[in-house]
Amino acid sequence: MKATTGMTDIKDISGHIKFEQIDADTWSIRLAGSWTQGANIKPVEQVLAQLAATTPFARLTLQAGDLDRWDSRLPTYLLAMLDYCQAKNIQADLSGLPEGIQGLLNLARAVPERAGDRRSAQQTPALAKIGMMVLSGLADIKRLIIFIGETVQAGVSLMRGKARFRTVDLFLCIQETGPGALAIVTLISLLVGLILAFVGAVQLAMFGAQIFIADLVGLGTVREMGALMTAVIMSGRTGAAYAAQLGTMNVNSEIDALKTMGISPMEFLVLPRMLALILMLPLLCIYADFMGILGGAIVTTNAFDVSLTQYFNQLSKAVDLTDFSIGLFKSLVFAVLIATAGCMRGMQCGRSASAVGDAATAAVVNSIVYIVVADSIITLICNRLGI
Amino acid sequence: MAYGDFVIQRDLNFTINRGDVFVIMGGSGCGKSTLLKHLIGLQRPARGDIIYDRQNFWRASDAERIRILRRIGVLYQSGALFSSLTLAENIALPLGEFTDFSRTEIADIVSYKLALVGLAGFEDYYPSEISGGMQKRAGLARAMALDPEILFFDEPSAGLDPVSARLLDDLIINLSDALGTTIVVVTHELASIFAIGTNAVFLDPETKTMLATGSPKHLLAESKDSKIIQFLTRGEGNVETTR
Repeated sequence: MKATTGMTDIKDISGHIKFEQIDADTWSIRLAGSWTQGANIKPVEQVLAQLAATTPFARLTLQAGDLDRWDSRLPTYLLAMLDYCQAKNIQADLSGLPEGIQGLLNLARAVPERAGDRRSAQQTPALAKIGMMVLSGLADIKRLIIFIGETVQAGVSLMRGKARFRTVDLFLCIQETGPGALAIVTLISLLVGLILAFVGAVQLAMFGAQIFIADLVGLGTVREMGALMTAVIMSGRTGAAYAAQLGTMNVNSEIDALKTMGISPMEFLVLPRMLALILMLPLLCIYADFMGILGGAIVTTNAFDVSLTQYFNQLSKAVDLTDFSIGLFKSLVFAVLIATAGCMRGMQCGRSASAVGDAATAAVVNSIVYIVVADSIITLICNRLGI
Repeated sequence: MAYGDFVIQRDLNFTINRGDVFVIMGGSGCGKSTLLKHLIGLQRPARGDIIYDRQNFWRASDAERIRILRRIGVLYQSGALFSSLTLAENIALPLGEFTDFSRTEIADIVSYKLALVGLAGFEDYYPSEISGGMQKRAGLARAMALDPEILFFDEPSAGLDPVSARLLDDLIINLSDALGTTIVVVTHELASIFAIGTNAVFLDPETKTMLATGSPKHLLAESKDSKIIQFLTRGEGNVETTR
């Protein structure tokens, strides 16, 4: 039969249902026509309401002599009727139905629903929800502490030269983390330097102090933005990748396989990733610092009346090694935080595809939160110490 | 055995003898795979002990546990090959970590193990480049890399066509005969159970305990328990109809 396209076609297909009272105790229902998806059929609720409106009866015979075509719609319809009959203690006689339908109906009712199998939609009170959130938060903290402990253990066995991982893996991770990220770090830090210069220049130009753009860009980039921007980029790029890689390995039982081989996954999988990020992030940070300063130079020399030599002279007066070291120190801390968040979420990932996605999301969100909090603390400490 | 408060199985007590082909069987969801996880050290039992050669597995120190683990090999349901490594690297990994063979010796062993499972020449393929059945066989080659005393199989024939499943069964029997390897198989594949099993334990999800232990053929012939007979005869309940 061709696909239904017009209104007329839809009208043609319809299933009919007819009631008849046979004797005082018995009603009969005759089904005819097409009982297929898209057919025009009286809703089952109306039929049941009609049945309920009659005087009580004890037997219902179902017949389907003129049935044309049928699909799942008919058994569903009949099951609803049978449920009604069961509830009202009416004996239903199915022998008038085609054998195929009888078989399906018997199959559907072969294993009765057990009490308690169905999930009931429970309303959790708000207080209980808050309690559960606190509990899951505590469990998270516990897992974090365990993970840190295991990482330290792995670190110790690394120092003793006993850690088992493949050097190739370490170099692959380094390649992926460091050189692989150069392009995006270049772009972002150059633009951030540019933006810093513009924001500062507008204000400084008001009292003719354009030369101090160099100070602003230099200090801002070296102490703060270089480390922060690379860390944010890397948490999205590398932290998420770590979580997804380790999570997928978990789903695929690869981590189990390592454990049963007697190889510690912390040493074999987590250590090279941590090391790679800890080695590469400070290097990327230095690179980002230079790119930021370059971005500032582009704006200052082109848009404002400062020569390149002046810019760099002013810069070398404003920025010293301490500022660089603070930026570097920050990036080192960020590297540890990103690697921890990424690897922990990956290692503790559940065993489904959606759990891997959740792990990657959680890794990025966590590491950005950790980064910003750590940055504030370090900045505060530096301020207090006067460096 | 339990997940949190939810008890999977209790009061399990059975012995696996050296050289056995031991089958852990039971209906879906009865805790076969969970039992396996306990045996291979992935999950600590809620209560009770697992003893390897008079050594208590879960009470031993970490170093000793790793020493025991080195004597076993596991074939996971999905193969669980390391997806970032080629087949050769997968198999070479435990060899490189735990033995002092030279590179060429390891390469020779790898080729030999791959040939044993019918994958000669596939050294440089990545797991994603070969079929599911091949991945499983490669996983077996890796599990056998260190010539383990005990080999564990999690549903070895799941997802294999009947012929490949048969070949895998033959391989298991060969390993057991030729190398004297003790083999523990989790399965509900009746054909395999009777073809390879010399000893077995039957887990029941409703009573949450084991119903019987012994050779599968013996169980079928002598068990009085209707659940075991039903299981071993595909629900027909009649001993004569199957064999």
